[in-house]
Amino acid sequence: MSNDSNTTLDQWAEQSDYKWGFVTDIDADTLPPGLNEDVIRIISRRKEEPEWLLKWRLGAFEKWKLMTEPEWAHWPDHDWRPLDYQAISYYSAPLRDEDRPQSLDEVDPKLLETYEKLGIPLAERAALAGVAVDAVFDSVSVATTFRDKLAESGVIFCSFSEAVKDYPELVKKYLGKVVSRTDNFFAALNAAVFTDGSFVYIPKGVRCPMELSTYFRINQMNTGQFERTLIVADEGAYVSYLEGCTAPQRDENQLHAAVVELVALEDAEIKYSTIQNWYPGDENGVGGIYNFVTKRGLCAGDRSHISWTQVETGSAITWKYPSCILKGDDSIGEFYSVALTNNYQQADTGTKMIHVGKRTRSNIVSKGISAGKGHNTYRGLVKILPGATEARNYTQCDSMLMGTDCGAHTFPVIEVENPTAQVEHEASTTKIGEDQIFYCNQRGISSEDAVSMIVNGFCREVFAELPMEFAVEAKALLAVSLENSVG
Amino acid sequence: MSLLEIKNLHASIEGIEILKGLNLTIEPGQVHSIMGPNGSGKSTLARIIAGEDVYSVTKGSILLNGKSLLDMDPEERAQEGIFLAFQYPVEIPGVSTKYFLRTAVNSIRAHRGLDELDAYGFLKLVKEKAAWVELDPALLDRPVNEGFSGGEKKRAEIFQMAMLEPTMCILDETDSGLDIDALRIVAAGVNQQRSPERGFLVITHYQRLLGYIVPDVVHVLLDGRIVRTGGKELALELEEKGYGWIEKEVAVGA
Repeated sequence: MSNDSNTTLDQWAEQSDYKWGFVTDIDADTLPPGLNEDVIRIISRRKEEPEWLLKWRLGAFEKWKLMTEPEWAHWPDHDWRPLDYQAISYYSAPLRDEDRPQSLDEVDPKLLETYEKLGIPLAERAALAGVAVDAVFDSVSVATTFRDKLAESGVIFCSFSEAVKDYPELVKKYLGKVVSRTDNFFAALNAAVFTDGSFVYIPKGVRCPMELSTYFRINQMNTGQFERTLIVADEGAYVSYLEGCTAPQRDENQLHAAVVELVALEDAEIKYSTIQNWYPGDENGVGGIYNFVTKRGLCAGDRSHISWTQVETGSAITWKYPSCILKGDDSIGEFYSVALTNNYQQADTGTKMIHVGKRTRSNIVSKGISAGKGHNTYRGLVKILPGATEARNYTQCDSMLMGTDCGAHTFPVIEVENPTAQVEHEASTTKIGEDQIFYCNQRGISSEDAVSMIVNGFCREVFAELPMEFAVEAKALLAVSLENSVG
Repeated sequence: MSLLEIKNLHASIEGIEILKGLNLTIEPGQVHSIMGPNGSGKSTLARIIAGEDVYSVTKGSILLNGKSLLDMDPEERAQEGIFLAFQYPVEIPGVSTKYFLRTAVNSIRAHRGLDELDAYGFLKLVKEKAAWVELDPALLDRPVNEGFSGGEKKRAEIFQMAMLEPTMCILDETDSGLDIDALRIVAAGVNQQRSPERGFLVITHYQRLLGYIVPDVVHVLLDGRIVRTGGKELALELEEKGYGWIEKEVAVGA
C-alpha cells in the first residue's frame, strides 16, 4: 500500500464517520479502491458485525495474501491479464432511491428491448433495471406477503447481513463448513470481503411452501460482487432456490467472486437453480464479468439430496464447479448444466462429486454450446472414496459447436477407490450444420428460430430440471444470446 | 399466369457453371418430370429453386406465381409455397418431428395470414396426413429423421409435404433407395396431393417412379440445359435406350 491510498482511505473513513456515522449510515458511497486489513475492518464495522466474524474475515485475508491466482484455465483467444486486486473497490452500498432512474422511460432502451424478448413481467423489468421500486409498484406489500407466508412455516429467508444479526448461532454453526474460508483463492477473497448475500434455513420436516427466488429480495439486489449464500435444510426439509436474474444486468464490476454453501441434513433435499446472465462483454471480447464462483453442497445426512441446475449464458469468463460431498449413506448429488459461449466468451465449468457414504449416487449432465469464438470447457471430478461401497455415478457430457472458430474441451477425472463402485461416462460432440439450417429454412422456419430450436432440443434434459417459468425464460435467453451467431 | 417460370437460368458453384441457360414453365395442376444422367444438374436445379445459398445464380429468373424467388430467403420461398422433398433428409437430434412440424406449419400459416393451429387441430391433421403415407404416428415423437429407415425418411418427407400444403412441390430423387412397396406408398401419398392448383416437379433417374406418378411433361436435362421435352412416353424411351442417343444428337446439333 502506498501512503497515498492510505491517506485517501483514512480520509474517507474519517469523513464518513463524521458525516453519517457508521451506525446510521444507509446511503454510503463506494470505498476507494484497494485491499488491506483496514478495508476489511471497515466493511465489518459498517455491517455491525460481531468480533468473531471480523476475525474470520481477517484469517481468510491472511491466507489469501499467501495464495496465488489460479491459472489452469484454457484461454485460446482471450487476452488474459491478471487482475489487479488493489484496483477494485470492495464496498459499495446500494443506491438511494433518488439516485436511481425514476421510471422505465429513463432506462436504456436496448436493455428494455431484451427484457421484452425474454417476456419478463413489467414490474420485474423495472426492478432488474434498477428503477426505484416504490415508483413502480408496492414492493413492501409483495415482500411482506411473502415473508408472512414463510414465517408461518418457520422458514428463514433473509439477507446474509440480517442473518448475522438475527440468527448468529445458525450462521456461526454453518458458515465456512462446506467451503472453508481458505478453500481456494477466490473463496478466500470472498470470505475476507463479502458484503452480503442470502441466508436460508428450513426447519425440520418443513417443505418450503414456495420457490425461493432472489427476485423477492429486490431491495438487496445491488449487493455487489462478493455475495455469499448459505442454505441449510434441516432433517426432512425441502427447498427449491432460484438464483440470479434472467436478464442481463449492466454491471461495471469486473470480478464477481461469490460463494454458495448448501447443507442438507438427514432426508433433506435442496434444489438450487441458477440462471447466470452477467454482462458477457461486447462482440470483440471487450469488457464483461469474470465470474469466479465457488459453489458446494454437503449431503451431511443419510438419504439427503442436493441438485444443482445451471444455465450459464453470461460473463466474459466463468469458472464454476458446483459440487456435492456425498457424506451421508444413500445420499444423492446431481448436476445439470447448460453453458453457452458466444463471441469471445469462455466458460470453464463442471462439478465434483465426492462419494464418501455407502450407496451414494450422483448424476451429471453437462451441455456445452460454443458459438462465435467462444470456448466451453467441462472440468469434472468423480471421486469414490474407499468407504463408498456400491456408489454409482453416471456422467453425460455433450458439446455442440456452431461455426468453425469456436471450441469445446473436456477434462473429466475419475478416481475410484472402492471396487464395488459403478461409474459411467458418456460424451458426444455435435455440430449445427448448414444442412440442418437449410432443411429448417425449406420448411418455412427462419435461421434464428432453427438454431434456437436445435439448441433447445440439445438442452432439453437440463431444462426439464428447471422450474417451469425458469425453463421458459432460459429458452428465450438462449435464443437472445445466440442472436446473429448464424450468418 | 404460370405457376413456375424459369428463364435462361445460369448458376454455378465454386466458379464451375452447372446450369447453363435453363428454361422451364410449369402450369398449375401439372406434373413435370426431369430426367438426366448423373451430374447433369438435376439436384442443383431443385436446390436453387429452394434457395440454398452455396449456389450462385449468375443470370436468369425464377418466378413463382409471377413473384421473383431469387430475391427471397429460403424460408420465404417455403412460405410462398415451394416445397422440396430432399434426396437425403437431414437429421435434427433433440428436436421431435411433431415440434419441428408444428413450428413449420405455424410459420407458414402466419405468412398466409392464418391463425396458429392449436395442439388439437395440429394432431388431428397429423393423424389424417400420416395415414396417407402409412406412417406410424409414434415415429413423429422421435427427433427429426433420427433413426428413421431409408423408407421412413422418404415417407416422412411426403408426409411433411402434405402437412405444409405447398403450391409447388419438388421431389428430388424421392425414389432412390426405396423398395417397390415403399415406392408405391410414397407415390400414392403424392397422387393424393395432386390438385388443379398444385404443380409437381419430379426429379428422377428412372422411369420406375413415373409408372406411379404419371407426368404430363418429361424433360431431359443434359449438361445444365433442357435438351428434350416430351410426354410420358419420352420416359419410356429413355428407360429403353438410355441417355447416350440424346447425348449424341445434342453433340451433332451443337
